[in-house]
Amino acid sequence: MPERSNTGERVLVGKVGLDGHDRGVKVVARILRDAGYEVIYTGLFQTPATIASAALDEDVDLVGLSMLSGAHLTLAPLVVQELRARGCTAPVVVGGIIPEPHKERLLAAGVAAVLTPGAPADEVERVIREVLDAAAES
Amino acid sequence: MTSPRELWQQAFDASPSRGADFATMSGVPLAPVYGPAEGEHPGVYPFTRGPYASMYRSKLWTMRMFAGFGTADDTNRRFKEIIRSGGDGLSTAFDMPTLLGLDSDDPMSLGEVGRCGVAIDTLADMEDLYAGIDLGAITTSMTINSPAAPILAMFVAQAEKAGTPRARLGGTLQNDILKEYQAQKEFVFPPRQSMRLVRDTIRFTAAEMPRWHSISISGYHIREAGSTAAEELAFTLANGFAYVELAIAAGLPIDTFAPRLSFFFNAHIDFFEEIAKYRAARRIWARWLRERYGAVAERSLQLRFHTQTAGVSLTAQQPEVNIVRTAIEALAGVLGGTQSLHTNSMDEAMALPTEASARLALRTQQVIAYETNVVHVADPLGGSWFVESLTDEMERQAEELFAHLEELGGGSLLEGCIKGIEDNWFQGRIADSAFELERKMNRGERIVVGVNRFTEGGSAAMDLLEITHEDEQRQLQRLGAVRADRSQPDVDAVLARLAAEAADPEVNLMPCLVDAANAYASLGEIMGTLGGVFGRYVEVPVI
Repeated sequence: MPERSNTGERVLVGKVGLDGHDRGVKVVARILRDAGYEVIYTGLFQTPATIASAALDEDVDLVGLSMLSGAHLTLAPLVVQELRARGCTAPVVVGGIIPEPHKERLLAAGVAAVLTPGAPADEVERVIREVLDAAAES
Repeated sequence: MTSPRELWQQAFDASPSRGADFATMSGVPLAPVYGPAEGEHPGVYPFTRGPYASMYRSKLWTMRMFAGFGTADDTNRRFKEIIRSGGDGLSTAFDMPTLLGLDSDDPMSLGEVGRCGVAIDTLADMEDLYAGIDLGAITTSMTINSPAAPILAMFVAQAEKAGTPRARLGGTLQNDILKEYQAQKEFVFPPRQSMRLVRDTIRFTAAEMPRWHSISISGYHIREAGSTAAEELAFTLANGFAYVELAIAAGLPIDTFAPRLSFFFNAHIDFFEEIAKYRAARRIWARWLRERYGAVAERSLQLRFHTQTAGVSLTAQQPEVNIVRTAIEALAGVLGGTQSLHTNSMDEAMALPTEASARLALRTQQVIAYETNVVHVADPLGGSWFVESLTDEMERQAEELFAHLEELGGGSLLEGCIKGIEDNWFQGRIADSAFELERKMNRGERIVVGVNRFTEGGSAAMDLLEITHEDEQRQLQRLGAVRADRSQPDVDAVLARLAAEAADPEVNLMPCLVDAANAYASLGEIMGTLGGVFGRYVEVPVI
């Protein structure tokens, strides 16, 4: 894979709700860090409000949520709302156990992209890059 | 000196037989075990080849399917379907709020109620969960850790209300709090306060529930979180040693509680390494319990375990392939001598399983048990130069990790495990191993069919289980009704007593927790009361 220059861009990865599965979020954090991003990990048990305030405080370009407990349809839209209510335009990407029919609903609720289990590192990097590029153009 | 073969023969002769025809399909009669008379034998110390002399000739493993979703009524129906389909043990999955000791109406529970397990708020839910199921006849496992003590109390209270005394209850409480900090991350109180609750449950069950397994020491979640096989083995057994040291320090003679400790391992896709891992686990446990902790009773030395196939090996891409993965993993568990088994369903990289996919997963076990004849001979891979060598290597790697933890704890595995948690040592190692595997997959050094090779051809859309917002609403109404019906002064009184008893570390909290359950105090109220005394654990997030 060609070396990409992602320097300067800041990504917040977080766990919202009660889900303790943190393997995926940590792997993704390292993938993005190795790809040149500044990565901030919130730790477990965040609320939509704490995610949004961390995103503002850290002045991030993108918010990644890892969700494996089935709460995504409730919590991911709330995170988008909290961010926008505070004037943060950073796109939100959701990764985790997301049934296919739920993808459209998440996208309709303002989520920029959805990744599912087994997504290879290359795909994670590509999707994050595309979402950031699209956000920069809009 | 009696030879291992003679010891085995005595134990085998004393074992019951299922009475099946123990021959190949072509009629070749099969011995119960093969190998030299002086070599290791199943049912004989150090039990590398199996805890029992006759293994599956006496009893097949328990086909214990893990289930739980929505409200207690929903899960009760699934339990009954599992029993109808030939499952012979129950295993209860709780939802995230229950795992963290929160009520369904807690603001943090929003969106999580009944999603990845069943919602239990009060004794009323526990009564519905097991309604119409004879808990004296079927064994029940409950995957619960931080709130294990109050959930056990609710379980006992409901069974006794339904007419089954606690002494007749058979089953397993997961109750393995150390691996929560290391891997599963559903912790509530700080480690030492949590260990006090573990001690209380060990004391309570040792005295009053002779058929109950007080802890299921679990490597499953450590592996799912990303560890290697050897790390799963070592961390799990180290945690087991820590519980042994905890109970000994509480004044319990080892042979009063060690026979009721059980284990829970992952069956990942690397077939022979998994089998070697189970064999090494039995040998290490037997040796450490006898030589280091002075156990004498044979049952204290015999490591018995439940197996679950690897959730992380399942892929959302081409999900039908997951059936094949699960079958291979389940076979490793059986050839490794598991006592009970859960097989994952093909749709679990996307959602909780549907009834149909869970039945297919159970059928996978039934094919192994009844069609393949692999159950006729104990430890069929014992004596393989390869498997024996890999078993020794697993043991060697585990002993290295024990030595590190022992040093960390100044000679105590209990202190070493707690220190390793507080220092983020376990968490860091597991994250490193997870990332290393990810890098190998991304470089194509590790092939995953349908993901980084053989990706052509998609899959038809599958019907998936949907947990709806209505399920959450029903649970909230139910909790409201219970709160309105119960005697609030009784609840207040029992919670005040609980707070007072929690402040005295010498008191066993289990009797008070049973009283709190019977007063219909909610799990959130009970855990909140304990939290007021014990404090909360906050993990320092590290990448």
